[in-house]
Amino acid sequence: MTISPAPMIRCLPRTWEIGVLERESARIVRHVPAAQKSVGTACPALSTVTNLHFNQLRVYCGTKAWMEYWKHMLQGVLITALGCGSLLAAIAANFARDIAYMVNALTVMVVLFGLFIWMIRRVGEPARPQPVGYADGVIRAGVVATALWGVVGMLVGVVIALQLTFPQLNIEWGDGFLNFGRLRPLHTSAVIFAFGGNALLCTSFYVVQRTSAVRLWGGNLAWFVFWGYQLVIVLAATGYLLGATQSKEYAEPEWYVDLWLTVVWVAYLAVFLGTIIKRREPHIYVANWFFLAFIITIAMLHVVNNISIPVSILGSKSVQLFAGVQDAMTQWWYAHNAVGFFLTAGFLGMMYYFVPKQAERPVYSYKLSIVHFWSLIFMYMWAGPHHLHYTALPDWASTLGMVFSVMLWMPSWGGMINGLMTLSGVWDKIRTDPIIRMMVASLAFYGMATFEGPMMSIKAVNSLSHYTDWTIGHVHSAALGWNGLITFACLYFLVPKLWNRKQLWSLNLVNWHFWLAMVGIVFYAASMWVTGIMEGLLWREVDQNGFLINSFADTVAAKYPMYLVRTLGGLLYLLGAVLMCYNLWKTIVSGEAREKADTPMSITGTAGAVS
Amino acid sequence: MMGEKQDPKTAEPETTGHVWDGIREYNNPMPRWWLWTLYATIVWGIGYMILYPAWPLVSQATPGLLGYSSRGELAHTLEEFNERNAPLDAALVTAELADVHADANLMEYALRGGAAVYQAHCSQCHGSGGNGAVGYPNLLDDDWLWGGSLEDIRYTVVHGIRNDADEGARFSQMPAYGEFMEDEQIDGVVHYVLSLSGQDHDPYALSLGAIVYAENCVSCHGEDGRGNQAEGAPNLTDPIWLYGGSEDAIRESVAYSRHGVMPNWNTRLTEAQIRQVAIYVHQLGGGE
Repeated sequence: MTISPAPMIRCLPRTWEIGVLERESARIVRHVPAAQKSVGTACPALSTVTNLHFNQLRVYCGTKAWMEYWKHMLQGVLITALGCGSLLAAIAANFARDIAYMVNALTVMVVLFGLFIWMIRRVGEPARPQPVGYADGVIRAGVVATALWGVVGMLVGVVIALQLTFPQLNIEWGDGFLNFGRLRPLHTSAVIFAFGGNALLCTSFYVVQRTSAVRLWGGNLAWFVFWGYQLVIVLAATGYLLGATQSKEYAEPEWYVDLWLTVVWVAYLAVFLGTIIKRREPHIYVANWFFLAFIITIAMLHVVNNISIPVSILGSKSVQLFAGVQDAMTQWWYAHNAVGFFLTAGFLGMMYYFVPKQAERPVYSYKLSIVHFWSLIFMYMWAGPHHLHYTALPDWASTLGMVFSVMLWMPSWGGMINGLMTLSGVWDKIRTDPIIRMMVASLAFYGMATFEGPMMSIKAVNSLSHYTDWTIGHVHSAALGWNGLITFACLYFLVPKLWNRKQLWSLNLVNWHFWLAMVGIVFYAASMWVTGIMEGLLWREVDQNGFLINSFADTVAAKYPMYLVRTLGGLLYLLGAVLMCYNLWKTIVSGEAREKADTPMSITGTAGAVS
Repeated sequence: MMGEKQDPKTAEPETTGHVWDGIREYNNPMPRWWLWTLYATIVWGIGYMILYPAWPLVSQATPGLLGYSSRGELAHTLEEFNERNAPLDAALVTAELADVHADANLMEYALRGGAAVYQAHCSQCHGSGGNGAVGYPNLLDDDWLWGGSLEDIRYTVVHGIRNDADEGARFSQMPAYGEFMEDEQIDGVVHYVLSLSGQDHDPYALSLGAIVYAENCVSCHGEDGRGNQAEGAPNLTDPIWLYGGSEDAIRESVAYSRHGVMPNWNTRLTEAQIRQVAIYVHQLGGGE
């Protein structure tokens, strides 16, 4: 093959500015179709990759140019890896031991093959100019994912609530796929990890950029985190329906999904930490402490709780490394801290940015934020055993879990106090601003749930509440009230900002959403409290000779009316979320554009403020 | 670092001087009540750990000053009730079952205990009201497969039915006639059985059915079809059916046979509990 010397001469860049380099290389690539063609006919399979190398070898000849060269080399390696990966996934699907594994392998195959094609089509394209400003594209995607997964997860929740009320809805033709046992983990994972997880991803990326006054570290790594996380969700969800599960609460995904999540999570940590490290503000904002604690701790919890040995590399089934009470203890250490660090610390991170922003008031107390942060993350770690009171767990571990849970009460409330007191001076906004109202309600539910939790961890209370619907009521008053409402408020805050709109399409609809959600939560939580306490009392009722009064079936039958109320509550809450999606959608497509976008990356730190 | 002093007229507290994206922080002290409550829970926690088992050591944990253990608590509660119930249990075990009803106090005790045993162990199959389900006998009627006297019921509870675990389990095995009979013959006997319970049937099949019945079924179900409790052979003349009395259900019973199993409870329940539940089931409505 021959390459005319003209482009080679022209390629020697006088200046090392990237933009010029990119323009030059683009021109050269256009000039050498003949060379590409000759390699292409000789060996079509190699053409794209090798052509790329020929071109780049000749084009770049300085230090920066060599970096560009390696960048493209990496692209070639990546394309090869994607191709091989999709081939391997196809083989895995072919020899799969079970249907869940097969469907998951096919999903991976399709994804990798799609990426393979996409990468190949981009080969030789001029690199896009280095983006400046905040990386908001991935946050926009995260906002959309949060809203959509939220509706899906809540819908599944309503379906399983109906299945509990009317067992006939475990429809025969859907047996083994759509019955309660298969749908329940789908609901919990969808709302916690898909809805809550995406909310955390996009808000943490938003907050860390604004409060560090820099663009996200790692370029497209943030996009990898986003799409990688969506893949985790899809693999886990289809796996549940087809029967792949570790049977561990909130840790149901099987070994290969766990491995993939680990990769994604490490990338998430890298992006977040990288951004903090290159920050242009002198101090790290409190929201970022919470986000960072959440990311690091979840990584540790996830890895330890999912140590397992696959039965076959071609099947979804795996065996846990720990057994018996050790396994149970590990699991509830994990699950409790999933609540503590995913749903509490992470969401406190959201609260610490969005509440002061929306209220336009300073955070109430810096000292309180330090003390409650450290005490919260220290004490949460030990509280897990309270999930295993009166089991094979030794008494000393029970004591440990209970004592630390009670001591956790005030550290949890520190966040509520700091959030609520931030509004001092602007309390009237609760009346006038529905987003603030949502935030305040969410903090109130946070306070209730973090009082209720320590109370339920006390052994005497737990002996009544454990295994009953009281636990379901507790979880939902926290999840719907605290996590749900704060997420909705953040989405209402974010959408106009991210899509450059003057305001939300309708504040009236936000109002409707708020009240539907409130009534829904009250119906849900109140009915579950009532039925939970009733259930606990019926179970333990004995006569003077110690004989049980009620059979289990009696207690199930007695719960029917409360199950109806619960379903109604869930429906109202879902309806509110659907209204939100509509409102956000209308804001994006028909909202009035803002005249001036946010000044990007203004440093507002100490130096400027004090001097 | 210098704090930002605010105009005293607005009574704004000091801020820390840091600003992030427009967010500032007040330098307010922690609320006193918050701090003292935190301290109080910590003090309470230390006290609790002194009183209760808490610190794991080499071979066991610190027992705590109160000497509490959850297993000990359970054992104590059980012991308390066992002691209270011991005389009544002793009386029940030695009494003739048929005579228990004469002692009102003992009878009431047996019924309450039997109800508890029933709800915990029997209701899963026989229903919490005792009305049974397809394949699980209804205990409210007076139709008994293996006898409905107090002693019969007690024996069934003790040994169970067609299980491999107990030598004394009640046992009978109707053949699956589908394996060696012609379809016509099965058809005939199905219609004959339908006629026994006075249901609609095909009169043309009866003659063949009567022959088949006489050759194969009479030994257990009897000439008149009233069954035999010694063999656990159901009465075919009444409208009570364990597996359904429709033509299809009877055909399936004849062709494939049915062998319901009940576990033996002598390994799981005490003699007193077995007697309690026998008395309870006997009085449900149809005891013989």
